Amino acid sequence: MPVSRISAAFDKARSDGRSALVSYVMAGDPDLETSYQVLNALVENGADVIELGAPFTDPMADGPSIQRAGQRSLAAGTTLKDVLALAKRFRETNQTTPLILMGYANPVHLMGYEAFAEAAGDAGIDGTIIVDLPPEEDMPLREAYAPHELAVIRLATPTTHEGRMKTVADGASGFLYYVSVTGVTGAKKPVASDITPGVQMAQRISGLPVCVGFGIKTGEQAREMAAISDGVVVGSAFVDIISEMAQGKSREEIVESVARLTRDLSSGLNRNGGVA
Amino acid sequence: MDLRNTWDKWPDANGRFGEFGGRYVAETLMPLILDLEKEYRAAQKDPEFQAQMDDLWTHYVGRPSPLYFAERLTDHFGGAKIYFKRDELNHTGAHKINNCLGQVLLAMRMGKKRIIAETGAGQHGVATATVCARFGLQCVVFMGATDVERQKPNVFRMRLLGAEIVPVESGTGTLKDAMNEALRDWVTNVDDTFYCIGTAAGPHPYPELVRDFQSIIGREAREQILEREGRLPDAVMACIGGGSNAIGLFHPFVEDEGVRLIGVEASGHGVETGMHAAALNGGKPGILHGNRTYLLQDDDGQIIDAHSISAGLDYPGIGPEHAFLRDSGRAEYLTCTDDEALEAFQLCTRLEGIIPALEPSHALARIGEVAKEMGPDQIIIMNLCGRGDKDIFSVAGHLGIDM
Repeated sequence: MPVSRISAAFDKARSDGRSALVSYVMAGDPDLETSYQVLNALVENGADVIELGAPFTDPMADGPSIQRAGQRSLAAGTTLKDVLALAKRFRETNQTTPLILMGYANPVHLMGYEAFAEAAGDAGIDGTIIVDLPPEEDMPLREAYAPHELAVIRLATPTTHEGRMKTVADGASGFLYYVSVTGVTGAKKPVASDITPGVQMAQRISGLPVCVGFGIKTGEQAREMAAISDGVVVGSAFVDIISEMAQGKSREEIVESVARLTRDLSSGLNRNGGVA
Repeated sequence: MDLRNTWDKWPDANGRFGEFGGRYVAETLMPLILDLEKEYRAAQKDPEFQAQMDDLWTHYVGRPSPLYFAERLTDHFGGAKIYFKRDELNHTGAHKINNCLGQVLLAMRMGKKRIIAETGAGQHGVATATVCARFGLQCVVFMGATDVERQKPNVFRMRLLGAEIVPVESGTGTLKDAMNEALRDWVTNVDDTFYCIGTAAGPHPYPELVRDFQSIIGREAREQILEREGRLPDAVMACIGGGSNAIGLFHPFVEDEGVRLIGVEASGHGVETGMHAAALNGGKPGILHGNRTYLLQDDDGQIIDAHSISAGLDYPGIGPEHAFLRDSGRAEYLTCTDDEALEAFQLCTRLEGIIPALEPSHALARIGEVAKEMGPDQIIIMNLCGRGDKDIFSVAGHLGIDM
């Protein structure tokens, strides 16, 4: 029940009095075994939802950190099928944490939307964020997802005005990803007061949990964003830690650093101000 | 569906040419491209806009470009009469400025003060920088670091014109990476920036508006050949990278069923070697840079770098309207290797006293075969879309000549 696994995770966070921690890592960076261990470390240390990046040669919405992560993953030979196999392996021991595949349209399009939906459902993926499939273009994907109950997670941004938000909300499922800045991943630093009206509009119009992401790197920033949203997405900060393996750090050190950052971020999301 | 007599009705309301085209962009850009479409529709109905374009085309670009009978080349091949549409005589030396003028005028209507562009060989970058200088607009050109290195004269020209050049290190440092980086800049600077795309590709409405601005080529050619020969040509030919010069020539002829539309893709070292830029002849449909079209890609949907001797054709995709014209059977697409283009470059230079750019040299390389299949009373028009001054250093290198 993929869509319901997503809502259950947000329900649980809400009932705990906190915003959900959504963590992003690039699958296969620098290898699939590291990714597997990182996924488990994320969950064990407080991540509520995982976004699993699928690498693409031309990631036009990503900043340098995630671009390079994708290049490392591709250099290691990671394919979309490998990403799905990683998800499946993760699902063998975890049936509760939602797993969202995030990537670009072309690899999915080439596999075929229906074949992909079936494979993703089988792998235990709960939904996808396909950055370059806006509402105008994702109907074939939605049709393919329906029998597998996969969520179509859409992006809303500071450029999304009220009329446009209705288009974005119509047909969206799982949650809405509110891109906190105009720009690429990991670049600008978001300001909570600037985006509060947009996030509230997204919540009101979609009726879905709204997660805020792009540029959130520290526990303090996460706390600020948690106060105004249902979930906080952190990506580039994890990717930057993992990138240190290329500088010679061991897998154990990387996994430990990921665990530490996850705890730091997670402790900031308690809306009651206490330590979760 | 019967497509006959409907070829010029595309794209549809969703920006599709059959199953190609569309608007595959991140949500941040959707409101911008919807605005652009609205503004373009308004401009199309505005006689002031058209009058301004016509005035600049005549007095700034130097239009209409001549239609020239290439007599010695015709004799050399001994078949159909070969005419050149001389778009290499335009200001800045190529067809690119036709489109830049239109887009920059649109940008000014929209109140945008900062123009960004991607460029490969530098021709579109130079044309954009030129028009920005003319109107006093800020111009930022993204160019792959590899291309910055191999196109130094154009880099210097753009700087002279006041443009800022951003060398793009990401990916492999070529045209597609420059386009990625331009898109990243655009999502970052949505309020004041207009993205001037150089070819008839990208998200709707770009393929349509670039085609419309470039269609001046075909409209003039049609009028000129009717005046000169009293009839339409039997074939029109052009080289294809993204395909803007070709679609500009083809479009005014698409409803004339007796006119063959022939595009020539760059096959680099040969399609079979994998080192080429022939998206239609060696690619598969996919999604990149805002549109669904034919792309060079591997079995996992990762984009493969293109290769061509001509930096202007060195792109792994193609405009969506060409994908549509190919699959619907209206247009034919041939290929030409690096070596064949080099030979044609020299042949044209010696026989006609015209140094063509390496891009149209690809079309020139196939024109002999097409002409020979036809009789001496038949007519081919080829778009000589750029002049070769920019290429002399690289041609010398390929011919092993030390300048």
